[in-house]
Amino acid sequence: MKNKNKNEREVVFWPGNIVVAEAAIAAGCRFFAGYPITPSSEIAHALSKRLPEVGGKFIQMEDEIAAMGALIGASLTGLKVFTATSGPGFSLKQENIGYASIIEAPCVIVNVMRGGPSTGLPTALGQSDVMQARWGTHGDRPVIALTPSYLDEVYSETIRAFNLAEMLRMPVFVLIDEVLGHLSERLEIPDPSEYELIDRPRPTVPPEEYIPYDSSQGDVPPMADYFTGYRWHTTGLNHDKTGFPTTDPKICQEEEERMERKVSSNLDKIISYDEFMTEDAEIGVVAFGSTARAAMVAVSDARDKGIKAGLLRPITLWPFPEEPARELGKKVKGIVVAEANLGQMIYEVERVAGCNGPVIGSNKVGGVPIYPGEILEKIEELV
Amino acid sequence: MSDHYEARFAAVGGQGILLAGDIIAVAAITFEGLYAVDSPTYTAQVRGGPTKVDVIIDSKRIEFTRTTAIDFMLCLAQHSWDRFGFDLKDNCIVLIDPSLVHKVDEERYRVYRLPIIEITKKKMRKMVYTSAVSLGAMAGLTSFLKHESIKKALRKKAPRGTEEPNMKAFDYGFNAARELLKT
Repeated sequence: MKNKNKNEREVVFWPGNIVVAEAAIAAGCRFFAGYPITPSSEIAHALSKRLPEVGGKFIQMEDEIAAMGALIGASLTGLKVFTATSGPGFSLKQENIGYASIIEAPCVIVNVMRGGPSTGLPTALGQSDVMQARWGTHGDRPVIALTPSYLDEVYSETIRAFNLAEMLRMPVFVLIDEVLGHLSERLEIPDPSEYELIDRPRPTVPPEEYIPYDSSQGDVPPMADYFTGYRWHTTGLNHDKTGFPTTDPKICQEEEERMERKVSSNLDKIISYDEFMTEDAEIGVVAFGSTARAAMVAVSDARDKGIKAGLLRPITLWPFPEEPARELGKKVKGIVVAEANLGQMIYEVERVAGCNGPVIGSNKVGGVPIYPGEILEKIEELV
Repeated sequence: MSDHYEARFAAVGGQGILLAGDIIAVAAITFEGLYAVDSPTYTAQVRGGPTKVDVIIDSKRIEFTRTTAIDFMLCLAQHSWDRFGFDLKDNCIVLIDPSLVHKVDEERYRVYRLPIIEITKKKMRKMVYTSAVSLGAMAGLTSFLKHESIKKALRKKAPRGTEEPNMKAFDYGFNAARELLKT
């Protein structure tokens, strides 16, 4: 379904997975390598047709590990790249995500979360990869994970994921879930003039003067495309600015801190969140993704009952929006953390909110979303 | 809350019923200026397994996208009813094909029996029109959306070249449902 409305924005009715695929193309993505996995498969399916149409490449690899490897290779040639997967596939990609982190290869990984550990509930909702996104790969490295709740946000956050990946030269995750992946709702596709597309910094020096990890001009070193005359060495070993391995403790420390700083010094560009009725809130609710939509209803229903509830909805889950969580913690007498898992984001809320009252979870696994009434019950518990 | 409507289409994978949900949502959005969401449910097997699609229509932006009080349900398989016959309002309109669905709760729901499969087979000679016949039947039995809106959405979503047979199939379903209401 396509229509043009009066602002010439295209109005569509697409499932979330198709929104991801189309947003990736709009963001300039021209390479996808993946291994289909429910509930993300429609993304790969759509891109197998759409990418060749725009001059891009689609490769179905033999498994998720290889797909992540292909993604890194394609990123090194200068393309904007992404893959889509779900929980178990995300686990398989983790080793190569570590590799992408240390060589600083921009890439986007969309995880359409499903239920259960292992094969679990492939066709049902889960939000259990909160901590996998943060700590899934080995070693210290910065992490960005975006968690949109609405399909127009899925579109804009997917574009933002590519921008952040390119701007900061790092893997960026978009975490949606089965509900959002398969849900269709009306959305307006923004005109390309309405958003900015960011490309990775590229060297301005001739090839013979190129130093691959030269951070003298900033924490994000210019990145040369492979096969353009610029020679550089990539390795998963800790390396110095030449790209060759080093075990020099001082250099290793400085380089890891520099990578961490790419995120910590750009929080204003990375962190995004939404608040609903938090100004005068006495009970706080924190929820992300599709669960946040149930939380919106719960907060409205609580207000109808005279309970001053307010919702903080992280759109950037990692790094966690600490400022607004702290502000919320200061003013409320208790917080409900609603998430479709057995309690993961709640650790982060407990850590940063500094709430004097209790922080309790509204949790559900088993593939069925948390209902607004269930969150409302928890809100009422805190009154 | 009269501006809120929930519909469920349940069948077995391969009958093309997921498309019916899409068409209802498009009818609401494009031709009636309402908000709508649709969410299909997949089961482990795609062909032959019970499947459904839920559509929610509202005059306001829809926050919670799961059904809670279904107004209309179409069901084309007994095991789909057994699995998905929940969340229905007490007076929910339940449309079934009596050759495929034998046992539903007659006390709680307004049950209508229409030989959708037989109509499709005899009049259209191609089972791909099951969805169109079903949508026509829904339009005949319900009034939340104008039947013209559903028909227009069907035409819009029909694969190129199949618009006319789809319109015909819709009319067969619509007329059969209207006949049923007279009896």
